[in-house]
Amino acid sequence: MVTINAIIDIAPQLARGLSVTVSVLLASAIFAYLMAFIAGLSRLSKNTFIRKFTGLYVEVFRGTSLIVQLFWLYYAIPMLFGIQLGSNWWIGVIAIGLNYGAYLSEVVRGSILSVAKGQTEAATALNMSSFQRMRLIIFPQAVRMMLPEFSNYTIQMLKGTSLVSLIGMTDILYYGDIIRSTNLSQAPLVYLLVLVFYFILALPLIWLTRKGETISKKGVAS
Amino acid sequence: MSEPIVKFQDVHKSFGDIKVLKGINLDIKPAEKVAVIGPSGSGKTTIIRMLMTLEEPTSGDIIVDSTNLWKMEKKGKMVKANEKHLRQVRGDIGMVFQHFNLFPHMTILENCMTAPIHVKKENKEEVRERAIQMLDRVGLGDKLNNYPSQLSGGQKQRVAMARALVMRPKIMLFDEVTSALDPELVGEVLEVIRDIAKHDDMAMVLVTHEMDFALDIADKVLFLDEGVIAEQGTASQVIEHSTNERLQGFLHRFRR
Ligand SMILES: Nc1ncnc2c1ncn2[C@@H]1O[C@H](COP(=O)(O)OP(=O)(O)O)[C@@H](O)[C@H]1O
Ligand SMILES: [Mg+2]
Repeated sequence: MVTINAIIDIAPQLARGLSVTVSVLLASAIFAYLMAFIAGLSRLSKNTFIRKFTGLYVEVFRGTSLIVQLFWLYYAIPMLFGIQLGSNWWIGVIAIGLNYGAYLSEVVRGSILSVAKGQTEAATALNMSSFQRMRLIIFPQAVRMMLPEFSNYTIQMLKGTSLVSLIGMTDILYYGDIIRSTNLSQAPLVYLLVLVFYFILALPLIWLTRKGETISKKGVAS
Repeated sequence: MSEPIVKFQDVHKSFGDIKVLKGINLDIKPAEKVAVIGPSGSGKTTIIRMLMTLEEPTSGDIIVDSTNLWKMEKKGKMVKANEKHLRQVRGDIGMVFQHFNLFPHMTILENCMTAPIHVKKENKEEVRERAIQMLDRVGLGDKLNNYPSQLSGGQKQRVAMARALVMRPKIMLFDEVTSALDPELVGEVLEVIRDIAKHDDMAMVLVTHEMDFALDIADKVLFLDEGVIAEQGTASQVIEHSTNERLQGFLHRFRR
């Protein structure tokens, strides 16, 4: 069978891009989560400047496309300011992290705000400080509500990593493009295999999303 | 006569343009049990929420244990209390809410242990022992590791009481704690309050529509109407012998 042979031929080449895709995903996810909590909490700050400043970050990064942000960091900023932000791996991670961090910060903010007001009041009646109220009562409940959205966005982030091939990174899609350009007749098969690769990578994330939904249903609603 | 533990002095409260309380004067002695009755919207909840520091009075003074609750001295002037001042006074006061407000992510034992451990920095083992005792007392000693979502409304409300009592407040506030419950669960909750009222020596303020219950445990009953205390006295004076027409009309609706 020609197809089987072709698959055996193509799959290992695509697999060479796995480490880039996975490492960019992991690093940018961690960075995005970090940004999400920092920005999400900052938007609830009493300090107007902090609130407005993070608001600007969130709106700019949500309001423009990831690919443009990637090109800005990769091409425009080094030319304009003469600073190199790091290798293209780092630039990919920073762009994806900042972009999804902006989306996720809204999830963090919304979850914290949606914890019932009675919870804060009960904590106040027990004489907790505002920090204790956040740490012991509000935050743990908010995090449970965030879980499903966080895993949802992580799946999107996986898909977003494929953009790094545009700044010369050798991820799965990059190798797919290479194979196709040397052997045009196999384009359908190559891209089918690319799809399969991404889908297999997404499977654990899909499973986590389900898990997150169950946990978040259990943990709240008194 | 001992000094009052709580004093309201000409306390007013407005929400926007709506004047809810128009000059409340009130003394509560240590260990005194005060029942607050009155039509819906008359400001009963607002009174105890101001005492719990959940709502700030528009004017007037609330004195708790000789300290002004909402004001503090700064460079010889009385200014609005900051969070630190509020926390110092608030420790004397505990509250049970109409809708329980248990912490859903914690077991009922954890619900009762968190504040003493983190707020009062008490020894964890001592707190655990005291919390278990208290949960036993309210009849929930066999549910320590259950989550609130696994309990009935009456059980939740009893946990809420244990949670407040473990903090050993000098003043306990109850805001219509049975009105969110199915009728058949009201009795068990009132029974626990009765037990606390008879055996503990803290002051209690109870907003309630249970007139027989008020007659049984209250040393003093206030009838709140149109933003003022329209009538006050012993339970029997207010509930059984008052001639105030609006009060009689109100009572009539509750004792068919
Ligand atoms: N946070 C608030 N904002 C605006 N109006 C309020 C607020 N809380 C209470 N009120 C109003 O104040 C009045 C008294 O409320 P409340 O103290 O809850 O009465 P009660 O407990 O006696 O039923 C009501 O008219 C209510 O609508
Ligand atoms: Mg009320």
